[in-house]
Amino acid sequence: MSQKAEKLIDKKGIRLDGRKPDELRPIKIEVGVLSNADGSAYIEQGKNKILAAVFGPRELHPKHLALPDRMVLRCRYHMAPFSVQERKSPAPSRREIELSKVIREALEPSIFLEYYPRTAIDVFIEVLQADGSTRCASIVAAALAIADAGIPMRDLVVACSAGKVDDTIVLDLMDTEDKMGAADVPTALMPNLNAITLLQMDGILTLEEFEKAVSLALEGCRRIYALQKEALKTKYVSIKEDEE
Amino acid sequence: MPTFFERRQLVTPGDLIAEGDYIAGENTYSENNKTYASRIGIVEYENKKVNVVALRAFYIPRVGDIVIGTVVEVGFNGWTIDINAPYQAHLRASDVLSRPFKPQKDELSQVLGEGDLIVAKIVAYDRTHDPQLTVGEPGLGKITRGQIVKIIPTKIPRVIGRKGSMISMIKQETGCQIILGLNGVILITGKTPEDEELAMMAIHKIEEESHTSGLTDRITQMLKGEKTKREEIEK
Repeated sequence: MSQKAEKLIDKKGIRLDGRKPDELRPIKIEVGVLSNADGSAYIEQGKNKILAAVFGPRELHPKHLALPDRMVLRCRYHMAPFSVQERKSPAPSRREIELSKVIREALEPSIFLEYYPRTAIDVFIEVLQADGSTRCASIVAAALAIADAGIPMRDLVVACSAGKVDDTIVLDLMDTEDKMGAADVPTALMPNLNAITLLQMDGILTLEEFEKAVSLALEGCRRIYALQKEALKTKYVSIKEDEE
Repeated sequence: MPTFFERRQLVTPGDLIAEGDYIAGENTYSENNKTYASRIGIVEYENKKVNVVALRAFYIPRVGDIVIGTVVEVGFNGWTIDINAPYQAHLRASDVLSRPFKPQKDELSQVLGEGDLIVAKIVAYDRTHDPQLTVGEPGLGKITRGQIVKIIPTKIPRVIGRKGSMISMIKQETGCQIILGLNGVILITGKTPEDEELAMMAIHKIEEESHTSGLTDRITQMLKGEKTKREEIEK
């Protein structure tokens, strides 16, 4: 392990893909990419390529699942068979089912679910290419798709991961760092309300390291939020320009 | 009591618009004396009330609205109608037949079949019940001819224009009858398909340029220009 670990960060503190410990991967976000969905968004974060589509609110089928006092949020995180090096079976794996739940719970507090009872919102997340921290990138794209669908929200949701690689706390882990590193802390945040909606930890960290990782992840969230907001506004920017 | 955005500025969900003694209007919400946006849209102030004019929204039924819907299911005592909203609407058989409905005698699919379009009014709707429709008023009922245009429901007020200026102008210029469903579905019936096409063109242009000013004049010009072009071709 120590041999491999030495390779992850060089003597100058530069990571495998040439980033500094507190640097994000390059991010490209686009909103409203699909015409058949009510709302959609696409994100590229490093080598991650993720598409999110939202339908609803609409009638819920089967009807017995409908709740009398609020909407049901349904979420499907799915990885394409070609998203990873070795073909992934298209059937939902244990990991995908868990991530669907985790992402749903990260998005739920941001939506006014009580506005339209007895209906459902469906969020489909398709990972076209995976390279670490896909749950975070998925949340960023899904929140945008929900806003694009015109669903009333308390706030957007942003997510970012931090972790420990070679005894260093680093931001936005990529696949190799996630697998070889010591710990991974994915975090989701509603930036205006300053509320955390997702916080997980995979690996072992001391209390101090954990606190440092969380604050770094939150810092990353805020940086991604600026990009996320910009992407949402870009779709409507022509409106403002025409106005002036 | 500061506000953080100017009038007509673009906001995204979660943006803090105002702090202090403001009333949360459309597409906004208040928490701890702070007013936030809940949809992407443009800020408008109305005295102490903060509104966001949504750029993306869907149709929510309201009692009294005229809507245009499609029959999706023929039930045993009525129809299920898709009105382009989160909830499917119901139309009772007795409402359409205007006499007591006898399940043994009346074959509902002969009155309205699956896929038929109707103009209807919402008579009842609340959180706990799906919308109930009626066609028992003049101008309502099955659509037999004309063209259908679908637009984003939030843009219907723009198609109507100030005091109906836009819609009456289009009607006058094209000679078409136009029924606006508040759920974003528009029915155009004209004397010729060409007239209908002209009205459709105007409505699509309004949808695309709904945010610009002086639109009524530009649509008038466009319609007049198209009309003279067509007359020339005929000659």
